Amino acid sequence: MRLNYPAHVRVVRVPCTGKVDLIHILRAFEKGADGVYLVGCMEGSCFYEQGNFRARKRVEHAQRLLEAVGTGGQRVQMYNLSSGEAPLFAQYAREMSERIMALGPNPAKLAMDVRQGKAA
Amino acid sequence: MIVAKGKPLEEIIEAVKDCDSILVAGCNECVTVCEAGGSKEVGILASALRLYFLNQGKKTQVGEITLQRQCDREYLIQARESVESYQMVISMACGVGCQFMAEEFANKPVQPGVNTMFMGGALERGVWSERCQGCGSCLLARTGGICPVARCAKRVLNGPCGGSSNGKCEISKDVDCAWQLIVNRLKALGRMDDYEQIIPLKDWSSDRAGGPRKVVKEEVRQ
Ligand code: SF4
Repeated sequence: MRLNYPAHVRVVRVPCTGKVDLIHILRAFEKGADGVYLVGCMEGSCFYEQGNFRARKRVEHAQRLLEAVGTGGQRVQMYNLSSGEAPLFAQYAREMSERIMALGPNPAKLAMDVRQGKAA
Repeated sequence: MIVAKGKPLEEIIEAVKDCDSILVAGCNECVTVCEAGGSKEVGILASALRLYFLNQGKKTQVGEITLQRQCDREYLIQARESVESYQMVISMACGVGCQFMAEEFANKPVQPGVNTMFMGGALERGVWSERCQGCGSCLLARTGGICPVARCAKRVLNGPCGGSSNGKCEISKDVDCAWQLIVNRLKALGRMDDYEQIIPLKDWSSDRAGGPRKVVKEEVRQ
């Protein structure tokens, strides 16, 4: 299909979204990510049965924690699609990208940049 | 095991927000099993705090350590160097570990990271239930292995009370009546004669009513 999606989306492959833990999401923000989203299989069609449900709960937990620390819960999102829905994959990437653009950079990254003298 | 649950992040932030450096200290025993204060939860809290301080433009250092046990001096003294290099400690251990930490490092402010709930076990992943209140004189032999002190809302020793209905306690339809469970179990064991025996007044002096308790075992004491 050769579909395009925003070039700044970095894909991290995992065997199942159920592999993604809360700490992975938080560390991504500590390392400067502006947003994190998980794309899992359709609910009910997880090969491991519960993986994408677990992922959703962890995303919701991450949203609460990120809200409390001032990063903002909207920077994390869970999406579901089937492996045959490439256009939807590209659409989710655009949707998340637009949301993050509107929110601006991760405030923790800006603080780290200032500390390292990299601020614009 | 001792069952605990994490304190709300907002409460922890409020307690540590003015600190320059914080050590988040976990425990490898009960709180690891009940997923409240093991190395995994330490990592999550430390990461969240680092993000908080960065977002606030503060340079607060947040370190992580997980001890084999916090309720044991033997392990606490091994952490001395780490503890001494931070301004404050958040103990993710139960109330016992947190207090031992505070006693060992008398000049170090120690903040609990969890609320210690009870002695119990897991019914399923993510669900823990109370089983023992440490009353100091165990009745389980008489009650079919089900504790009326920990599991009956009124601690009735010759139950059930009049509030038992369809096997549930009057405090909530989600709570089993302990005495219904006891009767069911005694029936299954063919020991209903035991049920007819009145349990005498319990000596509560071995419970908290007698003040803070201590166990001394002379044969192993040094
Ligand atoms: S209903 Fe059962 S568990 Fe509840 S208070 Fe009465 S005896 Fe105890």
